[in-house]
Amino acid sequence: MTVRHRFRREISLRTREALHGYAFILIWLVGFSLFTFLSLVETFRYSLNDVTVTATNIQLDFVEWDNYSRALFTDPNFVELLIGYAVETLISVPIVLIFAMIIALFLNLDFRLKGLFRVIFFLPIVITSGPVIKELTEQGAASAPGIADSPAVVEFLTELPHALRTPIEYLLTTFILILWFSGVQILIYLAGLQKIDRSVYEAAAIDGASSWEMFWKIVLPALSTTTVINAVYTIVTLSHFSENKVARYIYQQTYSVQGGIGYASAMAFVYFGVMVVLLAIVYLFLRQWVKRSN
Amino acid sequence: MRMILRYPLVERVRWFLFGNRAQRGLIANVILYALLITIGFVYIQPLLFMFITSMKSPDDLLNPMVQWVPTEVYFGNYTRSYRVLDYPNTLLASILISVVPSLFQTFVASLVGYGLARYRFRGKRLIFLLLLVTYIIPPQNTVIPQMLTYRDLGLLGSPLALIIPALMGQGYKSAIFVLIFYQGFLSLPQVLEESARLDGASDLRIFFAVAVPSALPAYIVSFIFSVVWYWNETFLTVIFLEGGMTTLPMQLSKFTQAYENLYPPGVVNIFDRLNEAVKMSGTFLNILPLLIMYFILQRWFVESVEMTGITGE
Repeated sequence: MTVRHRFRREISLRTREALHGYAFILIWLVGFSLFTFLSLVETFRYSLNDVTVTATNIQLDFVEWDNYSRALFTDPNFVELLIGYAVETLISVPIVLIFAMIIALFLNLDFRLKGLFRVIFFLPIVITSGPVIKELTEQGAASAPGIADSPAVVEFLTELPHALRTPIEYLLTTFILILWFSGVQILIYLAGLQKIDRSVYEAAAIDGASSWEMFWKIVLPALSTTTVINAVYTIVTLSHFSENKVARYIYQQTYSVQGGIGYASAMAFVYFGVMVVLLAIVYLFLRQWVKRSN
Repeated sequence: MRMILRYPLVERVRWFLFGNRAQRGLIANVILYALLITIGFVYIQPLLFMFITSMKSPDDLLNPMVQWVPTEVYFGNYTRSYRVLDYPNTLLASILISVVPSLFQTFVASLVGYGLARYRFRGKRLIFLLLLVTYIIPPQNTVIPQMLTYRDLGLLGSPLALIIPALMGQGYKSAIFVLIFYQGFLSLPQVLEESARLDGASDLRIFFAVAVPSALPAYIVSFIFSVVWYWNETFLTVIFLEGGMTTLPMQLSKFTQAYENLYPPGVVNIFDRLNEAVKMSGTFLNILPLLIMYFILQRWFVESVEMTGITGE
């Protein structure tokens, strides 16, 4: 066998491997093009048009960026809802992350009844759905216990300016439910914790480090990448949640007479844009820290 | 034990209270359990509230003395919300709508994850980027054209509207499952697959005969999570199934309306009006199947990380 011969064989092997690889992901590629890419493009086209849906066909009247300017400048509700969404998300993310990290640190220890506590802390993964959350919030079952309705707090809240009051009220009345969104994040943190080599702790202990020092010097830096993943997961989950106020508003407008599909599509893209900005803010904020940790 | 007894009593008491390098002391343990119990209680308090409220009779609801312990065992709320939810039908619909797409979703995600983990090809980074994109895009940005297409095809209201995307790897939160399988297959040794290849097995055969069985835990975990997420999903199901099937969460979201259809407010007596106890019993019936599933399969949730070999990267 000559060298050249072998070289060609090598190439063909590589190509064959690549082809087999593509074969495995082919169905996903087709699905992505049909369901995600085409739909996204089509929704964007709707957002530039007035869309009228009749029983038999869909009629489009090109209106340029009218739907967008209406959403951003004319609609009295949309921008306010968007700001509310952004503020609530930026408040919720650190709470979820810190809570998930604390619980994961606890569950990573060895103690009796650990199984029971694990079952409790992962329970919300199973039951968190839009309608259930809605019912619980309406009944006031989600508030930080005994705080939201105490007279002192109510009085304190009425004193505050509006811009501060709404986020704090949101925090107090839905505190437990914010925590309920941390189930999967606890799992991901546990995975991160279990990856830390035991010998690192032992070495630190021999050097006389306390658990407190170990947390800041070993555990937290090791969890930096995991934290980024968890932050993204949290933002996406909160933004996709069916009881999200912006999502609900867009949904209502889709079927309403004044709104319509074109307008709803434009709002969907604005919403998507805000969500990407939020992801970028949190990512850039955390990246500094990840860089330092590595 | 003998070793420890050689130390003076004071030292042993100090260890007992404050712990030493080998174990936590009593004080640390007390603090740990106190924290865990407090946080745990706060955490599941909405559930307890839901269950207790659902057991309250109209008298108990009006009685301000009754907070956490109802005076009698009262199932009246449940018999009514069972009817309002049209329980057997909606339960079956929910099971169908969550189990069938999950089966396809899990299988296709495993195919894609395997392809990404085991083969070298160009554009892999792009695929990961697109996966991330499908994960991030809000459903509002893709759902309307899909809905209109389904309408033209006459698929609106049929479970196929949820099954077809799942079959093409575009189901609910599909990207997460692809990544789970990608991680899972990466963490599995390749030796068996290599030897099967030397024996002349085809790629597909290797996948089914060698890779699938060894990644069984990842399949189970993915399937369970997929079922739970599909079950709880209401945005897509409402749009795709409206006018066709009604799932439990869908029926719960129009509970008030359904209740007043069955028990018109002007006709029934005051104790049969809709109250928060009935609503909570409806909510509890809604999550009951999931709770049962969770307690039977809890090991798979709680230890899912260890089972699938997710390393958090």
